[in-house]
Amino acid sequence: MRPADETELAEAIRAAVGPLRLRGGGTRDVGRPVAGEVLETGGLSGITLYEPGALTLVAGAGTPLAEVEAALAAEGQRLPFEPPDWRGLLGTAGTSTLGGVVAANASGPRRLMAGACRDSLIGVRFVDGSGTVVKNGGRVMKNVTGYDLVKLMAGSWGTLGVLTEVAFRVLPVPESAATVMLPGIGLAAAVTAMAAAVGSPFEVTGAAWSPEAAMLRIEGFAASVAYRAGRLSDLLAPFGAIAVEEGREAVAARWRGIGDMADFAGQPGDVWRLSVKPSDAPGIIARMGAEAVRLDWAGGLIWALLAPGTDLRARIGAFAGHATLMRASVETRAKIAPFQPDPAPLAAITAGLRAKFDPRGILNPGLMG
Amino acid sequence: MEMPTPNPAILARKARIVERLRAVLPADAVIDDVAETRAYECDALSAYRCPPLAAVLPRTTAEVSAALRVCHEEGVPVVPRGSGTSLAGGALPTADCVILGVSRLNAVLETDYPNRFIRVQSGRTNLSVTGAVEQDGFFYAPDPSSQLACAIAGNIAMNSGGAHCLKYGVTTNNLLGVTLVLMDGTVVEIGGAHVDAGGLDLLGVICGSEGQLGVVTEATLRILRKPEGARPVLMGFDSNEVAGECVSDIIKAGVLPVAIEFMDRPCIRATEDFAHAGYPDCEALLIVEVEGSDAEIDEQLGVILQIARRHSPVELRESKSEDEAKKIWLGRKSAFGAMGQINDYMCLDGTIPVSALPLVLRRIGEMSREYGLDVGNVFHAGDGNMHPLILYNANKPGDLEKCEAFGADILKLCVEVGGCLTGEHGVGIEKRDLMSVQFTAADMEAQMRVKDVFDPQWLLNPAKVFPLAITAARRAA
Repeated sequence: MRPADETELAEAIRAAVGPLRLRGGGTRDVGRPVAGEVLETGGLSGITLYEPGALTLVAGAGTPLAEVEAALAAEGQRLPFEPPDWRGLLGTAGTSTLGGVVAANASGPRRLMAGACRDSLIGVRFVDGSGTVVKNGGRVMKNVTGYDLVKLMAGSWGTLGVLTEVAFRVLPVPESAATVMLPGIGLAAAVTAMAAAVGSPFEVTGAAWSPEAAMLRIEGFAASVAYRAGRLSDLLAPFGAIAVEEGREAVAARWRGIGDMADFAGQPGDVWRLSVKPSDAPGIIARMGAEAVRLDWAGGLIWALLAPGTDLRARIGAFAGHATLMRASVETRAKIAPFQPDPAPLAAITAGLRAKFDPRGILNPGLMG
Repeated sequence: MEMPTPNPAILARKARIVERLRAVLPADAVIDDVAETRAYECDALSAYRCPPLAAVLPRTTAEVSAALRVCHEEGVPVVPRGSGTSLAGGALPTADCVILGVSRLNAVLETDYPNRFIRVQSGRTNLSVTGAVEQDGFFYAPDPSSQLACAIAGNIAMNSGGAHCLKYGVTTNNLLGVTLVLMDGTVVEIGGAHVDAGGLDLLGVICGSEGQLGVVTEATLRILRKPEGARPVLMGFDSNEVAGECVSDIIKAGVLPVAIEFMDRPCIRATEDFAHAGYPDCEALLIVEVEGSDAEIDEQLGVILQIARRHSPVELRESKSEDEAKKIWLGRKSAFGAMGQINDYMCLDGTIPVSALPLVLRRIGEMSREYGLDVGNVFHAGDGNMHPLILYNANKPGDLEKCEAFGADILKLCVEVGGCLTGEHGVGIEKRDLMSVQFTAADMEAQMRVKDVFDPQWLLNPAKVFPLAITAARRAA
């Protein structure tokens, strides 16, 4: 099914007799495999409102992300949360849609400073599991009118409703950017160095680590970037030799690769993604037995490559945070819960919300567990 | 303002309910004396008052849980209260409710600079959160005007903003985790020092739910390193339209000021008479503040001033010293006090798309003449969050009602141009009956279903947020 507008979509959901498998661009095949008729949102496409002077953009949920990014770029603006392109990582094809980005709350390196997708999302329209159209939030960035279902929809992977329209707060693209690097620094030292950097007044907008280097991004007006990169280099000098990468294109390409997890694209093995307290990262990684790891968000985000079928949660034991199995075979994803199971009282609330928003349990049933 | 009729069965059981609360709480934590409960009869929307049945002032999460369990078993409504600074009546009691005040829950539990968070009990005041970390160069970003008094619990309930949220976001963007006590006494932990939810974003729903889903007793908050410096610039224009265009051009130019504040002529005049800040005599005034090192500030202000000059300002005032900077902020910070000198006032906080600013200000001016009530506008212009202050005389019969009708018309206008009823104060009782202007029945039903899950008996702050008529069946169940 590929409804052409919100009314058709609502009718399709009302008429559905079995489970529906929701599909934006099909680029983020994550979670428990879902059986059901495919419902595509690609027909709900197009930017409906873009006011650069108000920093707001509204578009159909099926609008290709690339179309939105091009429109923003033409006005020197962008989505603040740097949505990652996981096609290489997950081995998928297709065109990422704006609604898919929201459903996955997909957020890149700038999440550290600018917040996640859910923080830039200011309004949604969706059709719930009974076929009712609901709107929440709006097109203004300060809005506390009623409950915030906007955030509830972000990262709900289509299990509470089918997004039809989303509204974002956008930001200007800075004039310049640089990456301050500590080449070859070890993981534990990198976490300490990144904590020092993000705890400085120099407005670090990315803090990532790979065996190649710890990397810290600075963005802004050219003179300001040069000044802050210099100050940050001084601050980090005790951690080792410093290299500074300049040039907007080079810096952008590097951080695109970090957000997209290009390092793990095409590498065999399962991919896990963990959200943790940054200083806990080295200890958790020590218990993982991973074949490779990468850090983002100053250590708060761990990407890990493990042998196929490994239950990472069983290996590391209890920890503060959550682990998501992002890439694995269909068999593994049926066996190991891709999303971290909630503790009992939260699981009851979550189940209660699902029952209210999707009483027949037909929207991506079981995808999140 | 209509409130539900108190449940006579609960009023009749007061002694038993108080006795049960005393059995699970320390002696000084339960207040039932009629004179003493009067201290909780209203919040900052003081036009409406009603003493509660009793008030409890727990010191720990366990005590909050015990008190809620008793109220749940007795079927008594509970109104959570932070510091009582709500402008929307969010903490207004009913005669049959127990006020649950979190003011004694005020400890700092953990400060962690490497991971940039602070964990506090929720009764701690907003400003004292920053106070706990500022000696080490950190701060907590959301800064509502009432930050000296308002509690984090209330900030979370209302998803409070402030003048600096253009850059730093509002409470929900700076909240990492909560300890939440459900109405039946169950204690749940949501989020923590890590970012983003593992499952559904329940934290995002809790924040801004006006104390209707649970009582937050502890909060993990993002703290940030203070910038090296900050400096404001003041600009005056001879029309609201031009000032609005200037705001839009500044934003489009790629500068992201931490604050862009707007005042219109009535407000400028009132603050001049009151605070003598030396503001220019003009139609519209902007205060734009940027942050960074001295050189960075110079660079950003250079861009901003260049844009301002293109709009033929009647005045451009830079601050060369700390003193001059303070003077620029003086009038803005005295605006509410200045308007209060003239008369009683009602403060609205609808948000509009920035592009609708000239139209909305013109319409407010016209309505002001129709209603015969003066209004001044102070405004977070960068994000479109308006604060029209309608002046009225509380002692003049009919004036409050007229003022409320005028306020409702302004908020309807905000919604009509694509905005919303409230940007940072919350709905409370004040805007409860206007919700249907912004939302369809289905929109509100979806929200109420969330409350059904967290609080199936609708005992927590039940008469707020949604129009009474549509919650009646749920409240009676």
